[in-house]
Amino acid sequence: MSGLQAYLVLAALVFAIGLFGVLTRRNAVGILLGIELMLNAVNINLVAFARFNGDLGGVVFTLFTISITVAEVAVGLAIVIAIFRVRRTVEADRLDLLRG
Amino acid sequence: MTLPTVLPLLVWVLPFAAFVLLAVVAPLRRAGPRAGLLSIGAMGVAFMAALVVWVEDFRGEATWSWIPSDGGPIATVGVLVDPVSNAMLVLVTLVSLLVQVYSLAYLGDEPPASLGRYYTYQSLFAVSMLGLVLSPGFLQMFVFWELVGLCSYLLIGYWYERPAAARAAVKAFWITKLGDVGFVIGIVLLWSATGTFDFGELFAKAQEHALAIDRLGTIMFLIYLGAVGKSAQFPLHVWLPDAMEGPTPVSALIHAATMVTAGVFMVTRAEPLFALVPEVLTLIGWVGAFTALLAATMACVESDIKRVLAYSTVSQLGYMMAAAGAGAADAGFLHLLTHGLFKALLFLAAGAVIHTVGTNDIFRMGGLFRAMPQTALVFIVGTLALAGVPPLAGFFSKEAVLSGVWEAQLTGPFLMLALTALLTAFYMFRVVFVAFFGRAFGAGHPHEAPWLMRGPLWLLAALTVAVGIRLAMGGEHEAPAWLVSLSLALAFAGFALAWAMYQRGVVDPATFASALAPLDFLARRRYGIDALYGGLYRGLVLGFARLIGWIDRYLVDGVLNVLSALTLRGGDGLRRIQNGRPQDYVYGVAFGVLLLIVWAQLWR
Repeated sequence: MSGLQAYLVLAALVFAIGLFGVLTRRNAVGILLGIELMLNAVNINLVAFARFNGDLGGVVFTLFTISITVAEVAVGLAIVIAIFRVRRTVEADRLDLLRG
Repeated sequence: MTLPTVLPLLVWVLPFAAFVLLAVVAPLRRAGPRAGLLSIGAMGVAFMAALVVWVEDFRGEATWSWIPSDGGPIATVGVLVDPVSNAMLVLVTLVSLLVQVYSLAYLGDEPPASLGRYYTYQSLFAVSMLGLVLSPGFLQMFVFWELVGLCSYLLIGYWYERPAAARAAVKAFWITKLGDVGFVIGIVLLWSATGTFDFGELFAKAQEHALAIDRLGTIMFLIYLGAVGKSAQFPLHVWLPDAMEGPTPVSALIHAATMVTAGVFMVTRAEPLFALVPEVLTLIGWVGAFTALLAATMACVESDIKRVLAYSTVSQLGYMMAAAGAGAADAGFLHLLTHGLFKALLFLAAGAVIHTVGTNDIFRMGGLFRAMPQTALVFIVGTLALAGVPPLAGFFSKEAVLSGVWEAQLTGPFLMLALTALLTAFYMFRVVFVAFFGRAFGAGHPHEAPWLMRGPLWLLAALTVAVGIRLAMGGEHEAPAWLVSLSLALAFAGFALAWAMYQRGVVDPATFASALAPLDFLARRRYGIDALYGGLYRGLVLGFARLIGWIDRYLVDGVLNVLSALTLRGGDGLRRIQNGRPQDYVYGVAFGVLLLIVWAQLWR
């Protein structure tokens, strides 16, 4: 297994774990954590390609991603708190107001 | 354009102008009697012009191309003036004029707007009938043929609030249309074979024996079908008795004197063509004689005075057609003219009776001779003419018809017509004795009709006598002596039978009827022909309509209903997918991405 491939496998594993968390967690905060994992898997990919292709663009991109992720978590948690205030719960299964 | 064609054209244009004025200028039409006066004025001048045309014996033809095409016009319109059309012009304008004058009094109680509508229709009818009479070709004739049919419909349904009148109007329209379909197909077939609608050209070809067309017999039969419908020949005669729902003057004008004779006129006009196909002529003769006999038997058991006259009209039309079929179209045409006079007289006299008594049933009249002697007198004149008593007009024309049929060696039709002559005298004197003589238990207080109505009656009665005397003096009477005595004897036998039954009471009508029970039974039920048509209508047309209705309701609508139900169910099912849980959506997205990846791996 070459160097790059090891990083890619790691990233894929982290992404899969994150996806699994998003799909199975019932708590909205847990889902947000899963999304964090997926985004970080992407970051690993970007840094790995930047390192092995000698292109700094990937690293710069990662910095942007991290900062945007922070903003996203802030907004996401704010929404979760707002929902909790209204519905007294953050169970994802019970937040189905958009049901058809 | 010379005088011989301008003057007949004027006869046509005057009522047309009256019709357009009445139809377009609504205040004039709503003025009622004044609208009538306009129509009568136009008709009066037209009658004068027609009289000049007839007396001067104008002949000529003027045509204009109507449907132009490369090899000459496809169809022409115009006027054809010859002795046949001249005589018809006088008859139509005369009876129209008298009927319109009569209607002023007869329909005097109508609201003015209705009366104006009546005179508008009357003018339109005169226009159509005159146009038909003057037609120089089949196409123009067909156009006006349909127009008189329309006027007949409008005038039968004049009292359209009465369901019976509305139904009778529709019945008359549909049944005559049945024949007209044959007529129009025949005309078009003839045109496709010869390339012309024009009578002149067709007759010239017929004379040169250049009319060797396949199926000419079929074509002429189809054209004859139009006459069957219009002239109420068996089996399409059923509409004419019902047409009596219209006002009596309308019956006198349209359903006795003019429109119903259009079929006879057409056969007379196209005689050179019919002469080429003897089979069709023989058929016309047989059907005419059979119609005459059938209608006469039905007239014998009818108690509605107008219906008796209607059946009598059908019967006399059968006479005319039989003459035409025997190749004696002149005799048939003469009978058409004299019949137009005395049948209009009979109808108008019956109208005067109905107007004052208020019922159509002859058994609720009686003793009217004392109450209205003038009407009774003219009615008897008409009856004598219809029964064929000399020297009245009907005698000579009937004689001519009978001798024509005899000379053509149509023995069967001749016997039927002779029997009809007996029945004619019987049923007419039956009406006379029951309604005008006998015990006076008439309804209401019968009195003589106003002068506006009596004037036309006297004029028609005088003409009936005058024409008869003119024919007697003419000396064109060629019937063999035995025929004259036979028809006189038949007329007298009919008279004597009616007298014995209804005046003296020697023979009880009920016993007489039970002696002829099956015939009486059938005649009272109009030989089941109306019932047959009703059954056919209900069975075929309504059955077909129900079938179509079922297909529409269950097949066409069914497909749409199933589609809409499927859409609803599908929508309901799909709605459950949208459960509002983001995680489930993400499942879908992830699964979709997985599929894409697998697909990309496998099918690269």
